[in-house]
Amino acid sequence: MSETITHHHHIKLPEGSIEKTTTTLNLGPTHPATHGVFQNILELDGERIVSAEQTVGYIHRAFEKLAERRPLYQITTITDRLNYCSSPINNMGWHLTCEKLLGVKTPKRVDYLRIIIMELARISDHLICNSVVGVDSGAYTGFLYVMQYRELIYEIYEEVCGSRLTTNMGRIGGFERNFSNTAFEKIEKFLNEYPAVLKEFENLFNRNRIFMERTIGAGPISAARALNYGFTGPNLRAAGVDYDVRVHTPYSSYDDFEFEIPVGSTGDCYDRFLVRNQEMWQSLSIISQAYKKIQEMKGADAEVYHADAPAYYLPEKKDVYTKMEALIWHFKIIMGETEIPPGEVYQSVEGGNGELGFYLISDGGRTPYRLHFRRPCFIYYQAYSELTKGSMLSDAIIVMSSLNLIAGEMDA
Amino acid sequence: MSLTNETIKARLIEKFGEQVSNFEEPYGMLTFEAPKEMNLKVMQFLFDDTELRFQFLTDLTAVHYPDKAARELAVVYHLHNLVDNVRIRFKVFTDINKPDIFTATQLYSSANWMERETYDFFGVNFVGHPNLKRILNVDEMDYFPLLKQYPLEDQTRIDKDDAMFGR
Amino acid sequence: MPRPVQFNIHPIPADTKDNISMVGAPEGHAGEGFFATKLSDVVGLARKNSIWPMPFATSCCGIEFMATMASHYDLARFGAERLGFSPRQCDLLMVMGTIAKKMGPIVKQVYLQMAEPRWVLAVGACASSGGIFDTYSVLQGIDQVVPVDVYVPGCPPRPEAILDGFMKIQDLVGQESLRRRNSDRYKTLLESYGIQ
Repeated sequence: MSETITHHHHIKLPEGSIEKTTTTLNLGPTHPATHGVFQNILELDGERIVSAEQTVGYIHRAFEKLAERRPLYQITTITDRLNYCSSPINNMGWHLTCEKLLGVKTPKRVDYLRIIIMELARISDHLICNSVVGVDSGAYTGFLYVMQYRELIYEIYEEVCGSRLTTNMGRIGGFERNFSNTAFEKIEKFLNEYPAVLKEFENLFNRNRIFMERTIGAGPISAARALNYGFTGPNLRAAGVDYDVRVHTPYSSYDDFEFEIPVGSTGDCYDRFLVRNQEMWQSLSIISQAYKKIQEMKGADAEVYHADAPAYYLPEKKDVYTKMEALIWHFKIIMGETEIPPGEVYQSVEGGNGELGFYLISDGGRTPYRLHFRRPCFIYYQAYSELTKGSMLSDAIIVMSSLNLIAGEMDA
Repeated sequence: MSLTNETIKARLIEKFGEQVSNFEEPYGMLTFEAPKEMNLKVMQFLFDDTELRFQFLTDLTAVHYPDKAARELAVVYHLHNLVDNVRIRFKVFTDINKPDIFTATQLYSSANWMERETYDFFGVNFVGHPNLKRILNVDEMDYFPLLKQYPLEDQTRIDKDDAMFGR
Repeated sequence: MPRPVQFNIHPIPADTKDNISMVGAPEGHAGEGFFATKLSDVVGLARKNSIWPMPFATSCCGIEFMATMASHYDLARFGAERLGFSPRQCDLLMVMGTIAKKMGPIVKQVYLQMAEPRWVLAVGACASSGGIFDTYSVLQGIDQVVPVDVYVPGCPPRPEAILDGFMKIQDLVGQESLRRRNSDRYKTLLESYGIQ
């Protein structure tokens, strides 16, 4: 190279001496930043991404085939494992689908209790997503701080159904038992303490210069492209479209409540972060409205926690253990021996990631003929290569975590 | 004037005549069927029409009916009109021995992976798809698992005794 | 700022008299300025209180692991403060979540990249035996591909159960003989998995 060293102390390589090629980097299925198992094979030009190819299926557990083997109540346990950060929403969505097929109408108190639990699950999901965006950009404190409040949400779930994470909560037509006083005390405690925590979490990130420079402009998407890619949920709302299943097709009496739908403009990571934070504020408002409405119910209304559908609602456990007819009904309903009408129904709920849909075809038999889950993560992960084209490698990591990809929902 | 199921049905019959058939409304969602060669034409019409505006593909999946001869595989599209808040369901049927359906990826980018999943589970061949290969199962798998004739469990496993598990 | 968070809204004061256990020194002879004990005891004591785990979190058990790592159920007080994501630097492979057949070769590859001595903790029903997913695409337990030391059942196991499994690994680490990794029995175990 001696002939190319000029007196400017600047090494200039002759034209065409090095071919410009791209490096292939495997952002493999096990990686600290991929929360869940999915793989990206990136073509990098220096540090810029030229193209990205995604591979999914590393946790494919064959839910749809498994559902053809199980009667309706046994499918609730597998719906838990779809978006496992907010499993009560999946359970309630499945019970709503069954209620639509079977024609069961739930009383108002059941709807309001369901709304409290679903909004708590939504807060839980958004907390994980936002704090993990913080961890990926280097801020571990936010994660540790809000995980304490997720523990309080887990305790509320434990009071209601006994389990923390994969809740298998509720029955077709309501809940298995009335919420105890401890459960209401814990909900009240959450409503009192959590706003200050969320305010502190926002103070850590919202106007933090490092965080803003990392996330503004990372992975933007326009509203038209987002709609074409089938985006739903906070990712679509960050792009500017105010589509929320709770408002468009209200289920479980959501139309009795007043809340806003936060909408972003550019659809980049910063907008997604802010939209999720605002949604947590809206969820808090919905929970306090529902709690107040439940406190105001009087008389017989205040004790009801399930619909009157003995053919589909499992009898009370204390009866199952002591009375013969209750035991027989329990067995028949669990094994799917009660009357299930044939038909096809599509029901969707607003999950933590968007429109979670259940397409159920029943042929009148014990188990569904076909059950398909419309999983929002699976559908919007396709857009990842378009979102990261031309951006830097570290932006790709932030985009992946801000999209809130849950591997269980993606692969089903 | 809000868009009702009757209006949609009338517009479809006006445009396609006898080719769209089997109109039903299970649980309030208009469901209809068309021959498989027409699937793109129908979806393009539903997309472009200024009154119908079904511009969001909610879901794409397939169902296997082993008993219906020459119509074993049904590909089901769920479309959504976000402005007027109407959903419809559109089915095409195909023979399992020749399961070729035109791809919808030109119209909806979200159909890309949904069609790959349908191919992976049922073997439906989407003609014109940019990258039709298995997505969720291992690449070496040689059968399509969600067809009714295949069992759920892996038959080569040795640690679970089928008799004790009630299979 | 609401601190500290109190979960048990009707708490009973803790009884700490005679109830606290401390790590004792290993058996040996002490004297003026010296302490003689077995090498394996000292090495075991050092290793077990500073395990560097590698979390291989795939699904729901991974979220319970995040709860275990967080401040309420703190894993760091057992010495596992530094979670490594590179297998070359870690002692304990914690497999948490369902392992599908597509993921099996990757678990094996990560296991092979770890240096001896290494231990494996299978957290959750899916990693132990396939769990509720007895299907065509799920590996029925990671002991089909790697040798496992401790299994933690549960779906998902509570953080206390994960900590209990971790403490059992600590027992194994503390009592391991220094010659175990070169013994014939260990070699035949690895051969049965196809690992040289």
